[in-house]
Amino acid sequence: MSALFKSLLIMFGRDPVKPAPEQISPEAKRIYDHNRMQKVDSRALRADMQAAEKNHRWRNRRWIVVILINLLFVISYHFDVQLVEGALTASRVVGFHLADLNSAVQVTLAYKHIVINLVIGAVTVLILWWLAGGRSFCAWVCPYHLLAEWAEKLHLALVTRKIVTDHTFHRGLRTVLYVLFALLAVLMGYTVFEMISPVGILSRAITYGPSLALGWVVVLLLFEVFYSRRAWCRYICPIGMTYGLVSTVSPTRVVYHLEACHHEGQCRKVCLVPHVLDCVIKGRATDVKVPIGADCTRCGLCVDVCPTHSLRFKVKGLERLL
Amino acid sequence: MNTSTDHLPGGKTAKLPSRRQQEARRRFLRSLLLATGILGTASLGFIPLPARSQARLRPPGALHEDELLSACIKCGQCLQVCPVQAIKLADLDDGFGIGVPYIEARQQACDFCCDVLQCVLACPTGALDHALNTKEQVRMGMARLTRPQACLAVQGQGCKGPAHGRLHRYPKVDRWNPVRITDHPYDLEVCDLCVRECPIEHAITLEPLATEQDDRRGIPVVQQACVGCGMCEMICPAEPAAIVVIPRQAQGNPA
Repeated sequence: MSALFKSLLIMFGRDPVKPAPEQISPEAKRIYDHNRMQKVDSRALRADMQAAEKNHRWRNRRWIVVILINLLFVISYHFDVQLVEGALTASRVVGFHLADLNSAVQVTLAYKHIVINLVIGAVTVLILWWLAGGRSFCAWVCPYHLLAEWAEKLHLALVTRKIVTDHTFHRGLRTVLYVLFALLAVLMGYTVFEMISPVGILSRAITYGPSLALGWVVVLLLFEVFYSRRAWCRYICPIGMTYGLVSTVSPTRVVYHLEACHHEGQCRKVCLVPHVLDCVIKGRATDVKVPIGADCTRCGLCVDVCPTHSLRFKVKGLERLL
Repeated sequence: MNTSTDHLPGGKTAKLPSRRQQEARRRFLRSLLLATGILGTASLGFIPLPARSQARLRPPGALHEDELLSACIKCGQCLQVCPVQAIKLADLDDGFGIGVPYIEARQQACDFCCDVLQCVLACPTGALDHALNTKEQVRMGMARLTRPQACLAVQGQGCKGPAHGRLHRYPKVDRWNPVRITDHPYDLEVCDLCVRECPIEHAITLEPLATEQDDRRGIPVVQQACVGCGMCEMICPAEPAAIVVIPRQAQGNPA
């Protein structure tokens, strides 16, 4: 329970803290002691790292899923097959209501009515994303996430050439904005966030054609390329936060295995939310296996890049079921 | 290492903030600025609302404007089911109305050819009110003959050839599917298109302007039954249309 609470606090913006020695399990201590004695073959490690950097297994799968899901909306509308009608804010999948959790919350706060179809849609989505990993919505469905990933590549290339520098923000900002957007919806009676939500804007543009609002999405992407890496997803997006709350208790997650880890930190370099990977730093893992916290988007970049396969996807209880 | 001391007058020493503290402060200020920027941009959405420069004609069953904007989840399912593609989604310049459906009647009006108000049934949030059952209950606005001098009937003129607009269902041509209006030319002695194609009974009538037998002039008169669908505005052969729909929220008395 306290691990859950801690993972929530870290998502809300607290910095992860180094565990006290007595918090580390005896097995984990034994591995640390054992590894200290071991001499690392740095040439072999470098070779493994280079090989892993070329591994894009999960990324490729994910990109295919993102594109397919968003394409389904387009195909359904333009060819009138009625598989997935609507946009990412709310849709009907072969007739069943689905509603984005954050949009449903915003509408309910602004409209101040409980709409039964919206409740049905939101609960269905809640159950689906609880099973699928919560913030996995971000990495596996959100079209803005995909664009931002490409913008991030550009940003990192510019950073290596010392053309731009990354400016970080306080991660608590997202929590503050989440509360403020909820308050604005209640007080003003409008879904204020939808005005600037690149997810809604993109999703509608993908299905219904381009809009002026895409200009705002371009502004956000430029901000990320030239000023701050992944700023929207890291410090602003309330949708990510809503699904992050679902993530906390989701059975689908990435699990860190301490045993073979060299703590070289490749995973933290590619991660959108490196604070969830604090346990990979030497001396931070409290057990031999550490499930990654709530804010993780289950994007799998760390799984791809890990030279020792110390980070793996795991669905809790799946073995028992099979 | 990071902290240095500075001697203040009076022999006191004060610690200058370390580089880390400085960076933390900068980051805090940056975060404050970003929060202001984001909230400020989002609040810009309020600007188009009080002005109401463009009163939009909303789809059938739309709640009162303020409620519509809050209840609409901006998904466009109403747009997808409309057989005549009358519904569009508003853009960023509508502020908080972004993604909310509207109809531009002159281009393509709702002629209720779906019979059962598909858009209302499709709406997941009831922003298009599910309490609506028949087209006669709809109150989108009210038609008004704003340019009587341009009206062909008022001039006693007929109408020959295709009328204005894109799609319309002609029950005599095809009971179920709308067809292109240009494929359905007219030949009328006196233009009565707005009356002829109105989907609502007794919503508009053509009243004679003169008592003489050979004077064919007439004037369309909008009746209380008008639901404001905009069919008359779309089909009107005058350019620009002699009859237009005044959206409900622009009439001053929200129904």
